[in-house]
Amino acid sequence: MVNELSKQNIYFIFFRTAAFLSVGVLLFILLYVFKEGVGVINLKFLVGMWSQGDITRGGIFPAIIGTIFLAIGVSVISIPLGVSTAVYLSEYAKENLFTRTIKLAIRNLAGVPSIVYGIFGLAFFVLLLNLGGSLIAASLTLGCMTLPWIITASEEALKSVPYSFREGSYALGATKWQTVKRNVLPNSFSGILTGSILGISRAVGETSPIILVGATFFMGYLPSSPFDKFMALPYHLFILATQHSSPYAREYALGTALVLIVLVFIFNSGVFVLRYKLRKKKEW
Amino acid sequence: MEFKPEGFGDYATMSNYRNTKENFIELFFSVVSITALLILIGIFIFLFITGIKTFTQISPIEFFFGTEWNPTAYREPKWGILSLIIGTLMIAFGSLIIAIPLGLASAIYLSDIAKPKIRETIKPVIEMIAGIPSVVLGLIGILFLSPLVAKIFGLSSGLNAFTSSIIVGIMVLPTIISISEDVLTSLPNEFREASLALGSTKWQMIRMTLIPAALSGIVASIMLGLGRAVGETMAVLMVAGNSIAMPVSFFDPIRPMTANIAIEIKEVVKGSLHYEALFAIGLVLFIMTFAVNFISDIIIEKQVRKYKW
Repeated sequence: MVNELSKQNIYFIFFRTAAFLSVGVLLFILLYVFKEGVGVINLKFLVGMWSQGDITRGGIFPAIIGTIFLAIGVSVISIPLGVSTAVYLSEYAKENLFTRTIKLAIRNLAGVPSIVYGIFGLAFFVLLLNLGGSLIAASLTLGCMTLPWIITASEEALKSVPYSFREGSYALGATKWQTVKRNVLPNSFSGILTGSILGISRAVGETSPIILVGATFFMGYLPSSPFDKFMALPYHLFILATQHSSPYAREYALGTALVLIVLVFIFNSGVFVLRYKLRKKKEW
Repeated sequence: MEFKPEGFGDYATMSNYRNTKENFIELFFSVVSITALLILIGIFIFLFITGIKTFTQISPIEFFFGTEWNPTAYREPKWGILSLIIGTLMIAFGSLIIAIPLGLASAIYLSDIAKPKIRETIKPVIEMIAGIPSVVLGLIGILFLSPLVAKIFGLSSGLNAFTSSIIVGIMVLPTIISISEDVLTSLPNEFREASLALGSTKWQMIRMTLIPAALSGIVASIMLGLGRAVGETMAVLMVAGNSIAMPVSFFDPIRPMTANIAIEIKEVVKGSLHYEALFAIGLVLFIMTFAVNFISDIIIEKQVRKYKW
């Protein structure tokens, strides 16, 4: 027994170390990017137009704007589709072949590599639909990629609304749609929102698909229509890190990474605040 | 709740109207939900119709077992993707070697050892790793890890299979941790109580009761991690070294299939054999990840059914 306990102690120390190592890796990445990247951050870097020749003379404003436009585009495409699908699966779907097929498709869609979405987007949106390399082609491509994440998160949120809520609504004579619209959706709103924003923020950090469908490294102006090409933070950072010859490219890549992480973080923390506020109103 | 009187009399018409509207709404949602299926089928069809054309000019044997990939050679282009497949498999294997022990140990710690307060703090932090864009991890790989690896092992460059396996291992970690932890936590508490009541230590309980009971779910989490490792593009593109030569060790630069597509597709002529061959590589990737996900899906389904009380 004593032997067993000391064995247990050794294993538990290993388990604890592993968990804290995983946390340590994350903290290290954040600290490294912050420490090395914060030096180049100034107003010119954030709001200046990109200057190709001497990169210290400009900023990454077009890439920030491009990424924000992309986030909006992806949201417009994937949130309505994703939430509607989740409503169907959680509220209407019967347990049959159709439902099982749809669920299987969603789970497999979530596992398709991002570069495969990229070549699909290139073949379908860019070439076949003739949208060219553009914001809209990129939004559609990333929208397809984000869809399964949003469906899964929203379905979970909808299912977490207690069944008695629906029964109460039916008992008052409401139809199914009235129940969904006035009861289920409002009560799962915060969960749906959280899942969606987490999905979108993951999508805008993706780089490989947008390389194929319209992201560009150098643009002296901001995209003015959905059919324009665009700059985006992750792609910008990739080129700076691997292909740019400027001696400042390293610092600028880290600065761009910092802005990207902070942007994603702002998205996510906005969600947490909102969720907290909405949850306080909940009585269950 | 406001009360709206719905008029007098004709209730039949009213309820007919309600029914039609309700049916229409249900139809609308069911039609929308087909989108996901259409996208999946669409991806397959687009990869298939373009990729399959490759094999009208290149035999599948040359394509899958040829060791040389050099489609732009002037005299004699080579179309063998074996070195790319091996690159992908090396990353998958290397990253899992790192992520499995770390991931399972963390999952066990979180589910059964950590105090609730510690778990509530650590779990979201680990899930945040999943939110770090892969390009940022690639950047860390280039700027921090690869010089370190080069220095420790005395290599001229640290951009190789070893370094990229570490980076991809970090990316796979949250998938393995969060799914395994979910599976372990969802095991009925009776399992724990019965085991402890028989006089086992906590570690004996974990080893002899919880892990065997959760095994299929744990395997599924590893399979999902494998799917991510196979599909990862940016980090390997930046850190793996991109050499098309056949790798012989983990300290050789490699080029996995995903990175190869990302590097070459911008420069090819649309509709050329090279373009078609890249789609064929995409098809191979799609089928590989589909198979991995499909199998893990079946395993998870079984696990869920086993412990539905």
